[in-house]
Amino acid sequence: MSINNEEFRPKIVAFCCNWCSYAGADLAGSSRLAYPADVKIIRVPCSCRVNPMFILRAFEKGADGVIICGCHPGDCHYSTGNYYARRRMTLLFSMLDYMGVENGRTRVEWVSAAEGVKFSQTMNEFVEKIHSLGENVRLGDLRCKN
Amino acid sequence: MQRIGVFVCHCGSNIAATVDVKKVVEMVAMEPGVVHAEDYQYMCSEAGQAKIAEAVKEKNLTGIVVCSCSPRMHENTFRTAAKRAGINPYMVEIANIREHCSWIHKNVEEATEKAVILARAAIAKVNLNAPLFPGESRVTKRALVIGGGIAGIQTALDIADAGYEVDIVEKTPSIGGRMSQLDKTFPTLDCSACILTPKMVEAAAHEKITIYTYSEVEKVSGFVGDFTVDIRKKARSVDANKCTGCGVCQEKCPSKKAPSEFNRGLNTRSAIYTPFAQAIPNVPVIDRDACIKFKTGKCGVCEKVCQAGAIDYTQQDEIVTQKYGAIVVATGFDTIKLDNYDEYAYNQSKDVITSLELERIMNAAGPTKGHLERLSDGKHPHEIVFVQCVGSRCSDNRGKSYCSKICCMYTAKHAMLIRDKYPDVNVTVFYIDVRTPGKNFDEFYRRAVEEYGVNYVKGQVGKVIPQPNGKLLVQGSDLLDNKQIFKEADMVVLATAIEPEASVRQIATMLTASIDTNNFLTEAHPKLRPVESPTAGVFLSGVCQGPKDIPETVAQAGAAAVKAIGLLAKDKLTTNPCTAKADELMCNGCSTCANVCPYGAISYEEKEVNDHGIRETRRIAVVNNALCQGCGACTVTCPSGAMDLQGFSNRQIIAEVDAICR
Repeated sequence: MSINNEEFRPKIVAFCCNWCSYAGADLAGSSRLAYPADVKIIRVPCSCRVNPMFILRAFEKGADGVIICGCHPGDCHYSTGNYYARRRMTLLFSMLDYMGVENGRTRVEWVSAAEGVKFSQTMNEFVEKIHSLGENVRLGDLRCKN
Repeated sequence: MQRIGVFVCHCGSNIAATVDVKKVVEMVAMEPGVVHAEDYQYMCSEAGQAKIAEAVKEKNLTGIVVCSCSPRMHENTFRTAAKRAGINPYMVEIANIREHCSWIHKNVEEATEKAVILARAAIAKVNLNAPLFPGESRVTKRALVIGGGIAGIQTALDIADAGYEVDIVEKTPSIGGRMSQLDKTFPTLDCSACILTPKMVEAAAHEKITIYTYSEVEKVSGFVGDFTVDIRKKARSVDANKCTGCGVCQEKCPSKKAPSEFNRGLNTRSAIYTPFAQAIPNVPVIDRDACIKFKTGKCGVCEKVCQAGAIDYTQQDEIVTQKYGAIVVATGFDTIKLDNYDEYAYNQSKDVITSLELERIMNAAGPTKGHLERLSDGKHPHEIVFVQCVGSRCSDNRGKSYCSKICCMYTAKHAMLIRDKYPDVNVTVFYIDVRTPGKNFDEFYRRAVEEYGVNYVKGQVGKVIPQPNGKLLVQGSDLLDNKQIFKEADMVVLATAIEPEASVRQIATMLTASIDTNNFLTEAHPKLRPVESPTAGVFLSGVCQGPKDIPETVAQAGAAAVKAIGLLAKDKLTTNPCTAKADELMCNGCSTCANVCPYGAISYEEKEVNDHGIRETRRIAVVNNALCQGCGACTVTCPSGAMDLQGFSNRQIIAEVDAICR
């Protein structure tokens, strides 16, 4: 399959914790720091609320990349949530890599409420990475394809 | 299936300029469950909310999606509007099409497409929303103020005057903070101690205020209205109840070589000491690292001379556990370390000092008894150079990117005071810009230039070179004259950048209050909620939130107090109903969830269940809604998938994922 990167519009799901990263994304917005419209944010109370099931579901439904953003280690609103997220995602991402969903398609990033610039930069980088990897075909639901 | 109304906000032109709102209305109207869709200029306005109420009534809506700004901004507004219209407030979802869409995209087609997708995700979620009902929690009518500087003192006084109990925790042996180290204050040149000490005394004498000095906050648990805090009272080695504050022990103490923290290490103090004469409480502490008795076991002079018998070498640290409804952080600032700034020769010459050190030198109780003299040889200086923005407004990583705000004014103050007292001293100030916004501030600066003849040079100092004759060669640039300047100075004073007190990081972590890249505590909203932390029940006072001068600090301290009083005045708080809940039929009582719960909100009960006709008693997880904060850690860790989070359920989030990936 040939991928024309000019036309490729990746689907990217970003899970952002309510306290740090979602606020960081808001700050990126109010500071008018652009990133591609391919990124769609889902608000969760904490990065530890992100069930691996959600990520598998996203890839199955045709997402090309999934990023989880939470508070910096030590700054979690719920004290320890981001540590659980970090461990779970490390495990899940290595399993996904084994299944053919490359490590570049998944990412965990710590973005504080004050880091609008970092949020925008991270999303730009991530989208660029997904562009270089192309469409995700490994976990897609084959029944949906012609 | 819900009957959903979608309301798309133009937000003036903030959204409408980049997102084709009519198109969004048209597209979402076709979504399953949507029975009503409209757009309006300002959905959050009175008229906009009326439109929601009207549609609820006419179309008998059961769910609402508002496509507008961030839920962090107006979720509450629309929930309240829904409640007034007769719908459960938790049947409202916000699609953030401003911060996450219109403000960051330029292409109308792309932005509109994204707005539709975000709206679809919110619609998909609302379809699975269920009415939720907040519970109630109690409020402990007592406040904790962390930090005993002017910010903490003012906050405590204001809260106490409103009739609530307040505890101040200060880590040094006395309250007073940075302000007590200052000699004079701008722009009125009042003596700092003269205006501060009455407040210190008032706080100490106030029946509602308890002061814990030489103490630190060790542990914080709980949540808004019901925090439990462990305070470590470090061993003073002096019984505060017996000590009369006569000061004989400090006089007789043979160990007098410890650097004085209060005088910024410019002179020494005894091992048993009070930081300064007006210290509150006037009870000394023994610095166990400097005390001969603690180091070698031999000495005990202070014990012998103390007529009150107050010295107690066996005293141990004590942990006080107390409950609070509100916590105010007022941890203040310190000047940055100058290790990255070799060019100013701060570590090479004693005559290169920071402004805070000059403050101590100018003070009558300071290391030179208020005489302006060079610390290297005690000689009177004739030429003094002030360097502005040392570490402030720094474009590289050596210093701070921000403006420290107070330096322009205190440098004008220092220059003026020196010229006033010693007209023979020439004063030169190197500056990038002079920033003097504030009442009577620019007039003050102009007086320094016009009346006191202070020489202001626009340009930065490149290097300070100590000379063999003891003088300091200052190499700087004069940008207005476009030339290099070489000036021989007797003293160089560095307007060193300020940064939050180092301990604030630890405190922020304990309070789960967010902090920015410069370690300043983040406010809940930079403009509309400047004294509240995003963490409910935690308030910010003084420089811990951002650089500010004394009047601003006092004003913010009052504002933080009012917010805390507003909280303490309530008898009950409504709790977040988005809590975890276990499915009784799926739970197998394995205890995995309780292990990850940071609040201890999960316990297990033997419960009778009816599993498809089979009645049996099983061990089942039960969530205490008053304790659960709704993080969701348990929901993911549950091996059987029994645990779910109300308001952010598995099905709801998956519906959002599906809508986005459709």
